Amino acid sequence: MINLVIDNKEIQAEEGSTILKAAQSNGIEIPTLCYHDEITASGSCRLCSVEIKKGERTRIVASCIYQVEEDLVVNTQSDRVMNVRRLVLQLLMARCPESEVIRELAEKLGVEPQKRFQLDEDKGKCILCRQCVEVCEQVVGVSAIGFLNRGADKSVGTPFMEPSGVCIGCGACAYVCPTGHIKMEESENGKERVIWGKTFEMVACKVCGRYFAPQEQLEYIGKKTGVPLDKLYTCVNCR
Amino acid sequence: MNEISISEDTIKNIVEKYHGEKTALISILQDVQKEYSFLPKDALSLLSEEMEIPFSRVYEVSTFYNSFSLVPRGRHVIEVCAGTACHVKGGPKLRSRLEAELSIECGETTEDRMFTLEEVRCLGCCSLAPVVKVDSDIYAYLEEDKIPGILENYREERRQSGEN
Amino acid sequence: MARINNLQDLNKRREQGIASLFPSKIKVMVGEATCGLATGAGLVHNALAEEIEKQKLDIILSKTGCIGMCYREPLVDVMEPNRPRLTYSRLTPKNVPAFLNQILEGNHKSKKPYCRIDEDILIINGETKRYLNGDLPDDLAAIPLMSDIDFYEKQFKIATRNCGYIDPDNIDEYIARGGYFTLHKALSTMQTEEIIKAGLRGRGGGGFPTGYKWQSCREAHGEVKYVICNGDEGDPGAYMDRSVMEGDPHSVIEGMIIGAYAIGAHEGYIYVRDEYPFAVNALSLAISQARECGLLGENILDSGFSFDIQIGKGAGAFVCGESTALMASLEGRAGEPRAKYVHTVEHGLKDRPTNLNNVETWANVPVIVGRGSEWFSEIGIENNAGTKVFSLVGNIRNVGLIEVPMGITLQEIIYNIGGGIPKGKQFKAVQTGGPSGGCIPKEMLDLPVSFDELSKAGSMMGSGGMIVMDETSCMVDVARYFLEFLEGESCGKCVPCREGVRRMRQILDDICAGRGREGDVELLESMSEAIKDGSLCALGGSAPNPVLSTIKSFRDEYNAHIQDKKCPAGVCTELIHSD
Repeated sequence: MINLVIDNKEIQAEEGSTILKAAQSNGIEIPTLCYHDEITASGSCRLCSVEIKKGERTRIVASCIYQVEEDLVVNTQSDRVMNVRRLVLQLLMARCPESEVIRELAEKLGVEPQKRFQLDEDKGKCILCRQCVEVCEQVVGVSAIGFLNRGADKSVGTPFMEPSGVCIGCGACAYVCPTGHIKMEESENGKERVIWGKTFEMVACKVCGRYFAPQEQLEYIGKKTGVPLDKLYTCVNCR
Repeated sequence: MNEISISEDTIKNIVEKYHGEKTALISILQDVQKEYSFLPKDALSLLSEEMEIPFSRVYEVSTFYNSFSLVPRGRHVIEVCAGTACHVKGGPKLRSRLEAELSIECGETTEDRMFTLEEVRCLGCCSLAPVVKVDSDIYAYLEEDKIPGILENYREERRQSGEN
Repeated sequence: MARINNLQDLNKRREQGIASLFPSKIKVMVGEATCGLATGAGLVHNALAEEIEKQKLDIILSKTGCIGMCYREPLVDVMEPNRPRLTYSRLTPKNVPAFLNQILEGNHKSKKPYCRIDEDILIINGETKRYLNGDLPDDLAAIPLMSDIDFYEKQFKIATRNCGYIDPDNIDEYIARGGYFTLHKALSTMQTEEIIKAGLRGRGGGGFPTGYKWQSCREAHGEVKYVICNGDEGDPGAYMDRSVMEGDPHSVIEGMIIGAYAIGAHEGYIYVRDEYPFAVNALSLAISQARECGLLGENILDSGFSFDIQIGKGAGAFVCGESTALMASLEGRAGEPRAKYVHTVEHGLKDRPTNLNNVETWANVPVIVGRGSEWFSEIGIENNAGTKVFSLVGNIRNVGLIEVPMGITLQEIIYNIGGGIPKGKQFKAVQTGGPSGGCIPKEMLDLPVSFDELSKAGSMMGSGGMIVMDETSCMVDVARYFLEFLEGESCGKCVPCREGVRRMRQILDDICAGRGREGDVELLESMSEAIKDGSLCALGGSAPNPVLSTIKSFRDEYNAHIQDKKCPAGVCTELIHSD
């Protein structure tokens, strides 16, 4: 076990765990946006920044990826940390003025919008937290969506913004999206699902008749797990 | 747009040259671009299959780096250096003049597909600022008023070689 | 090319190289690095070749890299047995026939030499070879020694020791000037402590102690390790690395073999930016020559040590100069950096221990090993041993590439070496450290150049770009320029850089267009702190530096733009028109 101090509280944490995990396990809240338990932390939103002190040196690090060290002293509320946190939220509010999630988070953390920043109109609610892309790659395994361009023009989508040949319509990306930017639409009767510009025929459960998953998704699961397709045509509730 | 026909063999040969190594993706894309003067969608899709790299990643790499173009470029690529030394020695004026003469903005290609104008930082010719590069020709200490003449030279060359 | 297996073989090649460098007949050498070619050196070369052929002259025609005197290019050197080597500047194809005639006739009727070199001192082993044997001919008495002219007097060439002296395509000439002898010494006696003692600090901008990096990599867990040369010189205004890669590629190769041996790596990569095709060519040729001679590959110099190098090419991304982004690029991915809480010496390329150094750093290695770390540590100043190559450009008389001992003052560089500001203008600022650096005003010109001093002054050494600005530069515009650059180069992964840098740029756009508001400077300062602290990598982390540095030293210009809606330098066109 590693001994460290977070906000003046002495903590013990497993070797290899991150400051974020160590804090969360000890009731210390650090705000996050791009963090998700099931995917490798990218440390890209920087909202979870904390100030650490090792010997004489202090610096700001992303707590979701910094591993605990013996005798580390962590401050999750220092002036420098609050400065970073405030700017991150102000920048995101300017980037995604329509996002209620960001606005509410900012309010909760006492951050006012920075009026000097011109509001973007073309980014929707996407804060580029990267969770959708990572989930599609790491959890689902098809990498149907990815990043394009770089810098402020960076965005997420399918190649050439055309319907993807490998997307299985599982909706995992929409599920993890923290702001609801990714649109997954289903027709009234539930027979069709549209996501990333691709239309999927939904399969009806053999037992209850509810439309529950795209054909492509079931075929993919069948291939990956070896479970025969007809077994997969029963929805989760009925199994 | 993508009227180019991609030869499967050409793509396969390029991939072979690098033993299909996934890490060689950038070099492979550079070779493909050399072949077609840009990166056609079909070529990228083929590469994704041949190299077993997700199409989304091939696309990500193609759009991340400045030197790749997903649209056909002009016969001549004009690079205006916007490096610091060139910036303090009149580079911006050269850029404006080129944009005016060609009636396009930086990053665009002329309608007759003759010239693509791009900004680059930096060409490493800082002692010769301000610098403009057309294909592999470097124009050093370039004065604004020399630009029309230079463009005309390239046009004249094309006329003479019968192309247009 | 025959394989070089031992000292005897090396010496044989050395003899061949010496005969090439000090030939028994007239030799004409044209400076053909990128800058030389851009000013017409290629045309001069062709004209010379034609004329020599036409007149059936018994003259050797050769080429060389960048000797640094870029402001006088195209440069052509003439060597005749026992006479000083003469440098002629600004030669044109039209001059060529008369020029060749004067050489044959033995006079200076059509072109006077600019300077001369009587003897060549090899920094790598202290040997001296003389061009001039006997007394100085009368006709050359008035021609100054190259080492005496203002541009060169205070320079000390280590990394650029061979640039302008050898044909980079000729490995024998490299060997003749001491090349690969130090490799031989290293493979039999080298310890990493040698480099640590020398106190070499990385020349790529990080200034990190190189020896310690090598030691850490050596000690890291893992069978497979890599060494990388970072040739992605992206700082606009900097071309030091390009000149070394083009003019002396073997110095980088030899340095890497030595380093790889010390670390225990058997594979190396040289990552060259896409915008440097001549450098790629020079390096490719040098690598294949080294392989042919057995200096790369299996069992180098019979030592049992095997090592080879591949070239990786950039594709137009400044961020790939950052080590983790460079490695991502070498892995065929987008150049997005990762946080370096885990160091690349432990988990780098392909997750393996990797030692990355800059071109200039590698080029220093053979000399440090050749002369010894004590000799090296006596050059420069405390904690900043050795020299630094700078590209001295912008509004300065003597534009070019210089290499000076650490500790020399900015004053000396700009006014002695650089010849001061041309066209009767006044010095305003010198920008160092590229987009990560800052602007140093005239009050700080007596600053000694070193990693520590420049950082204390609010700038940084950076890779070596040194851009001199006169009163026609607007410092607010300069800050905006760098932000615009970084905005376009940001990888887009983290919020502070992707969003913060462009918001700062937008505020600066406003200021430069007369839309600046009270409180803008304070906002820029507060944003700067957050962006410095919050960014994932050094691109974002150092992006605010030009802004903070110009606010600190040129606050009055910001005030003029914001309060008076005026641009004192007359650069911000929207402000001028609104006058």
